Amino acid sequence: MSKADRRKPTATTPPRWVATLLRWFAAPDTLEETEGDLLEMYAYWVGTVGLRKARWKYIGSVVRLLRPFAKHKRSKEYPQPFLFSYAMIRNYFKIAFRNLLKNKGYSAINIGGLAVGMAVAMLIGLWVHDELTFNQHHENYARIAQVMQNHHFGGEIRTGSGTPKQLETALRNQYGSNFKYLVLAGGAGEHTLAFGNTKVTQTGNYMGPEVAEMLSLKMLKGTRWGLKDQNSVMLSESTSKSVFGDSDPIDKILKIDNNQSVRVTGVYADLPHHSSFSNLAFIAPWKLLEKDLPPWIGWGNNWFQLFVQIADNADMNRVSANIHNAKLNHIDKEEAKYKPVVFLQPMRNWNLYSNFKNGVNAGGRIEIVWLFGVIGLFVLLLACINFMNLNTARSEKRAKEIGVRKAVGSAKAQLALQFLGESLLVVSIAFVISLLLTRLCLPEFNNVVEKKIVVPWNMPSFWLACIGFVLFTGLVAGSYPALYLSSFKPIAALKGVTSKLTGGHFSGSPRRVLVVLQFSVSVTLIIGTIIVFRQVQFAKNRPIGYSRQQLVSSPIKSDEIIKHYAAFRNDLLNTGIVEEVTATDSPVTNTFVTNSGFSWKGKDPSMTDEFVTLRITHEFGKTIGWQLKHGRDFSKEFPTDSMGFILNEAAVKYMGLKNPIGEMIQWGNNGKYKVIGVVKDLVTQSPYEPVRQTIFFLNYIRISLISMKIKPTASASAAVAKIGSVFKKYDPENLFQYTFADQEYNRKFSDEERIAMLTTFFAVLAVFISCLGLFGLASFVAEQRTKEIGIRKVLGASVVNLWQLLSREFLVLVIVSCIISGPVAWYFMSDWLQRYTYRTEISWWIFAAAGVGALTITLLTVSFQAIKAALLNPVKSLRSE
Amino acid sequence: MKRTFLGEFEEVVLLTVAILGEEAYGVTVTQELEQKTGRSVGFSTVHTTLQRMEEKGLLSSKMGGATAERGGRRKRFFTVTAFGRKALQEVKQVREELWNALPPQTLQLMGG
Repeated sequence: MSKADRRKPTATTPPRWVATLLRWFAAPDTLEETEGDLLEMYAYWVGTVGLRKARWKYIGSVVRLLRPFAKHKRSKEYPQPFLFSYAMIRNYFKIAFRNLLKNKGYSAINIGGLAVGMAVAMLIGLWVHDELTFNQHHENYARIAQVMQNHHFGGEIRTGSGTPKQLETALRNQYGSNFKYLVLAGGAGEHTLAFGNTKVTQTGNYMGPEVAEMLSLKMLKGTRWGLKDQNSVMLSESTSKSVFGDSDPIDKILKIDNNQSVRVTGVYADLPHHSSFSNLAFIAPWKLLEKDLPPWIGWGNNWFQLFVQIADNADMNRVSANIHNAKLNHIDKEEAKYKPVVFLQPMRNWNLYSNFKNGVNAGGRIEIVWLFGVIGLFVLLLACINFMNLNTARSEKRAKEIGVRKAVGSAKAQLALQFLGESLLVVSIAFVISLLLTRLCLPEFNNVVEKKIVVPWNMPSFWLACIGFVLFTGLVAGSYPALYLSSFKPIAALKGVTSKLTGGHFSGSPRRVLVVLQFSVSVTLIIGTIIVFRQVQFAKNRPIGYSRQQLVSSPIKSDEIIKHYAAFRNDLLNTGIVEEVTATDSPVTNTFVTNSGFSWKGKDPSMTDEFVTLRITHEFGKTIGWQLKHGRDFSKEFPTDSMGFILNEAAVKYMGLKNPIGEMIQWGNNGKYKVIGVVKDLVTQSPYEPVRQTIFFLNYIRISLISMKIKPTASASAAVAKIGSVFKKYDPENLFQYTFADQEYNRKFSDEERIAMLTTFFAVLAVFISCLGLFGLASFVAEQRTKEIGIRKVLGASVVNLWQLLSREFLVLVIVSCIISGPVAWYFMSDWLQRYTYRTEISWWIFAAAGVGALTITLLTVSFQAIKAALLNPVKSLRSE
Repeated sequence: MKRTFLGEFEEVVLLTVAILGEEAYGVTVTQELEQKTGRSVGFSTVHTTLQRMEEKGLLSSKMGGATAERGGRRKRFFTVTAFGRKALQEVKQVREELWNALPPQTLQLMGG
């Protein structure tokens, strides 16, 4: 009977829709006999009252028999199989292990790929967890904040964490009810601690006495109030160990930087690595620093940090809003031009949301956390896709098993459960391997990301997360095979007609979609990696306007050097290894001193100016090798040069000077300075940002750093030894420390290089996992078409023909992936590049290169299997089975 | 003991099932009723009545006898249970007692 006829009622068949209605809405218990009875009655009515009436009677009966809300009352005639019977579960395990052992190659690819993916996801998970829980171990985490300020500089708002020391008193007196603790801090950095002959250099800080309570330091010895006395110090456990060994440090007298004598009043447990204060090796009292500060330090000197803990019942945002004018109320008109706004940066934002743009919080590290979180998920997804692909492909080999299971009464749910269980089993094995991998890779990973992450083996929440993770991966990876396999039609499966197993024409499409997805992610990562690398390279190749080779810097730790600078310089030159010596107040690779209050001819009176300033000595230019554009360098022949400025090109542009040489510039109360020269821009800050307006001028008093140019012929180690002995002569108490300018400069790229390194790692991994999957798929396809290939060979197909036949499909998929990933990568990478003012272009060849690369790798992967299949002896392949 | 109340239609259907013996299922009961009583009986009514009487325990059923004309579907054969037979007996007894109580002249008037 054809389809069209079946719909029309004939003498023997009543209208089908009525029967359907019955099936949907009649009482389920009596459905079978009702349907049969009605068919018999219909035939009877056709014989007795005629077709037309019979149909009406049939319909009427059905309608009257509809019981839409009826439920099963009788128990089923056949017992329902118990889903979790012991015998069956044992059988599932047995079959699963047999299958794994039978296909060792597939199993290795499957488990290996998944384990690598999981290990990466786990590493990233640990890292993200570490970033998100940064500082959270401080008991008062939610109530601690740092006081920050916004200043207006010519239409732009700058945000800084420096505060004047007077702000603490002002907050205490006027807004005291908002705060529980206020801690001023300053002088952070490396200091020498001396006890007898033991000398160590440690990073410490001078802080208010409430700091221990605020940070809830765990005191091993002494109390949290040990900093009340001006001449006291608290040490971290490891510092105490390195100075005093195992002896009791309490009440011993230490010397800080050889001039401050302090008594040890407490020892606190080292702060964990994921704390903003992790390198706080000792805390000295703020008062000790304050007593030596020059008296003129006022509201304008934002040199210190102010940490607060807000009162227990206070609200962070409200307190922050309350103190907005805390500085403005205390300063004169000239200072008020900068419109300082005081606000709080809560501790929870310190690590992840530390960037400010125009006075508004603009994210920060959180973007990287997101980036790597997403990449980690993608790598895991790729591994899951592999697993799904290989499983479904291989499953057709298990069609017979499924057919038999269905024939002897397995329900679809049971089969789905079996395959889900099998995937969970494989995932569990992969998980154990991935735990081992994670453990092995963690030290290396810690190196790259500069952290000290450990696997929290004894944390219940870690294991809970792991179990959840295994379940999730197992279910995601196993869901598609489970649903696909359990929907096989038993008859087709037993006959072995694989193409008709699920009845659809598109049973292979999901697999293709998955391959496309995999390669889209991989190609996107490749493109991203290339662009990150190019950006780093681009910034590295930027001309910086001076020579950083053979340039050594050393901090001035003793006033003796400043007092006897000329003699000191001569001694250095006399070593024969130093070409030139200069001194500055901030490192040339990181000029952090800024000043304002300059006025010049033609300056807009309302303009709030700000310049980077660098105090230098006469030989600065020669030492670093800057390039003069106009005018002349500082010279000892002109005594007036002590009131001279040298500007960089950016400053000339900033001031709008046509003929800068000879211009007079008034700097607040410091006097009138004359511009004597203009130099080409020097990159002394971020290599990704435009060079800022800079003023260079002479100063032999407020200098903090000696920079030396070593002769190109001299070796660095010999030079350092000789320089060290000169330093020792003038400053015998302190340890000689030095840095190389080129190393310091390269450190500016460390963040970007780390990103580049990690994305490379991820891209390689993604490609590797994708290829692993592709390799498995290709070998499967080749195996499935063994007979076809044999016949083709017999009929005269060449190896090249067969290779084309087998590779074409995969190539098309990868080309589609390239087309998809191009725009996606472009979108994200151009967004990423936006953050750099000085950035590389995204040119078309990057996409082409990534595409060609992906295609080549695909071809290599697939060709191996294709050629292997094509070279097979047709006699053998045709004789199989 | 409390008597089971049998409706008139129920009584007729129960009797028919008893008459048909081994062959009693929805279709035969309906057709037999139509032929014996001459009145048009709805299949759905018969079906529902049979179900109800099985629930009451007057009938029992079992599945079987699939034929091609029913599209391979099985029939539900009904048999009268002991309780059903007792109910029929009681109904008959009540009828007979009532008939016997009828005065002879009235019986004559009715043409008996």
